[in-house]
Amino acid sequence: MSLGARFLEAAGIPTVIVGSARDIVEECGVPRFVFVDFPLGNPCGKPGDIAMQRAITTLALDTLERAFAPRTTVQAPFVWDEVDDGWRERFMHVGDDNRDELAAAGVARRQAQEARRHDRELEREAAR
Amino acid sequence: MTERRRTHRSHVSYIDKSRDYYAAQGYERAYGWATNDDAPFTPLAKPLAESRVGLVTTAYFLPDGFVYRVPGDLPRTPATATADQVGNLDTQYLSWAKDETHTDDLDSFLPLHRLGELADDGRIGSVSERIYCLPTQFSQRQTQKRDAPQVLEWMEEDDVDVALLVPL
Repeated sequence: MSLGARFLEAAGIPTVIVGSARDIVEECGVPRFVFVDFPLGNPCGKPGDIAMQRAITTLALDTLERAFAPRTTVQAPFVWDEVDDGWRERFMHVGDDNRDELAAAGVARRQAQEARRHDRELEREAAR
Repeated sequence: MTERRRTHRSHVSYIDKSRDYYAAQGYERAYGWATNDDAPFTPLAKPLAESRVGLVTTAYFLPDGFVYRVPGDLPRTPATATADQVGNLDTQYLSWAKDETHTDDLDSFLPLHRLGELADDGRIGSVSERIYCLPTQFSQRQTQKRDAPQVLEWMEEDDVDVALLVPL
């Protein structure tokens, strides 16, 4: 998406990204970015929280309007959970508790990819 | 007010996290994320109150009868959606924090109704009738050479002045 923003901006359409993966967007480098420090999935505000969604969307418009240089990042002033910050660790967690499970999932995934490649080849042959 | 302190940076690094996660699955070569020193910048040509906003999402439409086995099965072509079709946009195969939240509320990841209200209030001119689906690609070339140019073409057809992009 960050590459898309760069492309559109270079073609003359001013852009703003609203997102929660700060490092990915900032490494790519985009014109304007509203960072929402939430678990991935709801960058525009919590489900059902219309006031928050409106505030974040408004912040995106303000950023679009007022940024004076590229790579402008503005952080929305919202906290996902005042008590439990554990979401940061739980997503894509790797630890001694799940290492074997992840290794097995990797093997299964490669097998599925191999099976898909095989099916595709058969389809291509059948089409010839 | 309590004074808060931290010994570590609080922001999650998804580059670090995904690299460690896929390494634990036995993938030896880490993904090379796009990185740039500079970024383009285009000032607004007219006030937002007179501008049409185009919304861009990484959500996608699933074909009928779709069966998921591996990420390569996902539809990865750019698409457009009208307001009546956005309810059919799918997010389940994108990588987001499914243990923490859900995407049942469209405006939590695609603020179509919030933008519509802001248009009614005069904060923006209008919202483009078409929403643009820009798929997340493994291939950065695909995004830059095929998908983004397609979205640009649609935006030009729709007289979009500014773009709001929301990756899930």
